Amino acid sequence: MHDKTLTELAASLAAGEFTSRELTEHLLGRIERHDGDLNSFITVTPEQALAAADAADATRARGEAGPLTGLPVAIKDLFCTDGVLTTAGSKMLENFVAPYDACVVERLKAAGTVSLGKTNLDEFAMGSSNENSAFGAVKNPWDSGAVPGGSSGGSAAAVAAGLAPAAMGTDTGGSIRQPAAFCGITGLKPTYGRVSRWGIIAYASSLDQAGPMARTAEDCALLMNAIAGHDPRDSTCVARGVPDYRTELAAPLSGLKIGLPREYFGDGLDPAVEAAVREAVAVYESLGATVREVSLPHTHYAIPAYYVIAPAEASSNLARYDGVRFGHRCEAPRDLIDLYKRSRAEGFGEEVKRRILIGTHTLSEGFFDAYYKKAQQVRRLIRQDFLDAFEEVDVLMGPASPTPAFDLGAQKDPVSMYLQDIYTIAVNLAGIPGMSVPAGFVGDRPVGLQILGTHFAEQRLLNVAHQYQQATDWHLRRPKLAEESA
Amino acid sequence: MQWETVIGLEVHVQLATQSKIFSGASTAFGAEPNTQACAVDLGLPGVLPVLNEQAVAMAVQFGLAIHAEIPEVSVFDRKNYFYPDLPKGYQTSQMYHPIVGPGEVEITLEQGEAKRIRVHHAHLEEDAGKSLHESFSDGMGHAMTGIDLNRAGTPLLEIVSEPDMRSAKEAAAYLKAIHSIVTYLGISDGNMAEGSMRCDVNVSVRPMGQAEYGTRAEIKNVNSFRFVERAIEFEVERQIELIEDGGKVVQETRLYDPERDETRSMRTKEEANDYRYFPCPDLLPVVLDAAYVDHLREILPELPDEKRARFQDELGLSAYDAGVLAASREMAEYFEAVKEACGDAKQAANWVQGELSGALNREGLAIQDSPVSATQLGGLIGRVMDDTINGKAAKQVFQALWNGQGASADEVIEAKGLKQVTDSGAIEAMIDQVIADSPAQVAQYRDAEPEKRGKMIGYFVGQVMKASRGTANPQQVNGLLKEKLDALC
Repeated sequence: MHDKTLTELAASLAAGEFTSRELTEHLLGRIERHDGDLNSFITVTPEQALAAADAADATRARGEAGPLTGLPVAIKDLFCTDGVLTTAGSKMLENFVAPYDACVVERLKAAGTVSLGKTNLDEFAMGSSNENSAFGAVKNPWDSGAVPGGSSGGSAAAVAAGLAPAAMGTDTGGSIRQPAAFCGITGLKPTYGRVSRWGIIAYASSLDQAGPMARTAEDCALLMNAIAGHDPRDSTCVARGVPDYRTELAAPLSGLKIGLPREYFGDGLDPAVEAAVREAVAVYESLGATVREVSLPHTHYAIPAYYVIAPAEASSNLARYDGVRFGHRCEAPRDLIDLYKRSRAEGFGEEVKRRILIGTHTLSEGFFDAYYKKAQQVRRLIRQDFLDAFEEVDVLMGPASPTPAFDLGAQKDPVSMYLQDIYTIAVNLAGIPGMSVPAGFVGDRPVGLQILGTHFAEQRLLNVAHQYQQATDWHLRRPKLAEESA
Repeated sequence: MQWETVIGLEVHVQLATQSKIFSGASTAFGAEPNTQACAVDLGLPGVLPVLNEQAVAMAVQFGLAIHAEIPEVSVFDRKNYFYPDLPKGYQTSQMYHPIVGPGEVEITLEQGEAKRIRVHHAHLEEDAGKSLHESFSDGMGHAMTGIDLNRAGTPLLEIVSEPDMRSAKEAAAYLKAIHSIVTYLGISDGNMAEGSMRCDVNVSVRPMGQAEYGTRAEIKNVNSFRFVERAIEFEVERQIELIEDGGKVVQETRLYDPERDETRSMRTKEEANDYRYFPCPDLLPVVLDAAYVDHLREILPELPDEKRARFQDELGLSAYDAGVLAASREMAEYFEAVKEACGDAKQAANWVQGELSGALNREGLAIQDSPVSATQLGGLIGRVMDDTINGKAAKQVFQALWNGQGASADEVIEAKGLKQVTDSGAIEAMIDQVIADSPAQVAQYRDAEPEKRGKMIGYFVGQVMKASRGTANPQQVNGLLKEKLDALC
């Protein structure tokens, strides 16, 4: 049951092979047995899940089931969930029970999905390894000595390990694509503004975007149908029609123009990763695509620009965690300043503090022009790079990450950790959509092929990814951990 | 040395929108603490702001009313600082691209001359909540502070003037002019006691004739016209004394204490916050198209300056009367309704500014709370004008209406029998009686120099009026008395 894709599960539920309750019980059992070791969930909600499954089965019995009715999903613990602990992976919110649902959660509920619980993440989505979680690191299901990637590491690991057929993630600088790559699953970061941010605990508001993580592109399309679209509660969410993301999946790729950004194949790229990516590109050629090299000349400014803009926004977004209304409050504060200082010092982890400090500094009087303003100028140039490239080609391809999953504890220097996101971060600055698709292994660790398109080209990306998955079976591989426990 | 005072004002006007500037919660004043604060106002994790279009329209209307430039694009910025009643740890405001550009407001100085005060810009922002320091404790004897977030997110229009005012009186006149504009526009109730209008005052002094400004102090949160004047007067005196004693004014924020009538230092420039402004990534830039602005211009109501000019030019009122009657929207509306009802602008002006204002002031009532309605007052004036009652009876009728003794002037006149007696036969009979009853006064009159008799006639008039219970037509009484007395001489 747990090896099936979301699309297959939907068919099985429709055919009456099993009920949503049976499926949900099976997955809850797996979580119970294996997640103690994996640590991909922060909160499991069996009671709510079974109630939702029963409701879904009843809906189906009435003949009112939709395409997602009764399908279990896991939710990154950055999405507010009504009445359920919502921690953002932080001690600051270890007791925070959200009083409302995020838009994505609301829409998934309305579609009849069954939430299994809330997945682990780097604190406030700040990290690339899931090691910055106040609730402990997550292990990579393919190799328990490796990280699952981050920040949506729990979501990626849960899907890869067969604990959930799909999960919701968020991506601010690569947080869906990189863990998807590290865990050998498929992840889509939609165009900025495609999915509502209402109820997603903000890290960097101008970059944050929610998206699906699942086994296949087809599954991602199914989930996008439920979550995409205008939400008047998010002013940056675009009022633009939502297509049925499944309709173009089967479109042939003959004539597809693929661009390989020169800058994505340079120094620092693991040759084995490069080999896997070039092999994937060769598959596309065999499917009728043409390939050419393109240039994104400002790529090397992406990480510096990101680490000005994202921390600046974060320093402001995280100011609300002051110990006054909700979240962690220090014991017996002497006065207001003491309350602020100790509540925040105790509640936030190292990386979060580092980014708050960076952001506070770059916004300070006398530094604003040199850092924030300059970074915004760079951001426009990076966006223009992509727009220019998409004048020539339909999609861009490259590695999702310069290396496969690295060892737990291996990246001690924050800057070298930041450099992990070199291929994903510019995408958020430009606001375009991107996917990571399983494309082979280096040893037993998966490699992700990144596919990028222009704004609102999700349908095209899903089509391109789906055709690759019709021609390859990397996405069907399962880690031993999951197989053994079957 | 002669000193010149330089004043600039930042006026915060609470906009009378139905809901808050970035959330759907109500803005009504006086609700139980924290009952009008939704998830957005509380700054809960994951919430996002959505701009209230009504607040935008109100701000633009203000801009149009002060003949300001309305930029096509304005942008919201975050002003970052920690305070317990600031839920998000930042205030959403407009630092770099405000919604209203440079404009001007005309004020009238004491001598009646007009002066233009330039407005640098006006921007939209959200209000913070309130910290309540009284009547809270943790049950173990420790004082605590309560936070009420009902006000958090209420839309404010901050109107920033140029340093164009030169006296406390000018500053108060400017504040009144702003008050009058926003209440005319209906974009604020202008209620200073409830905090709907508050201002920060920047004050400096310099030797008369010096071009550069002196170092300024900012007096925060002054909330009445009177306090603005007093705070400035105190501060000017303090600064001059300080300089004359060889000291230096430091740039600082001060607080006006109305009870002690003084300003006190709150924090100096060195202690000032670095607010780390940056554009709010949760809100899109506000883009106003020309058609939208034109529409708002078309539906602008008549403004105080226009109304004042019309009162003078079309109704023939004096500059003073026109100014007083046009000063507030309520006053102007009341006056115009009275004028409509009686058909005479000058009579209406006299009554509104005389009898009515006197009574309102005695009772401490605002014109909108007047017990005598404009229709009632207009009806009363009509009866004076058509000679149904005389002036003295009119005052009685007014008092009766004020006390609620009758629905209209006619009803009161009827009930109290105040209809003026204009029958000369009846008046003559009363005069004859008075003359017959006052031989001593008649003798005095007769013996007096003819030029002094004019004054002496008052006694007889009074007696006749008394005899008529105030209903005799005074002009008639006067004329007939004079004839009859002179005939005796």
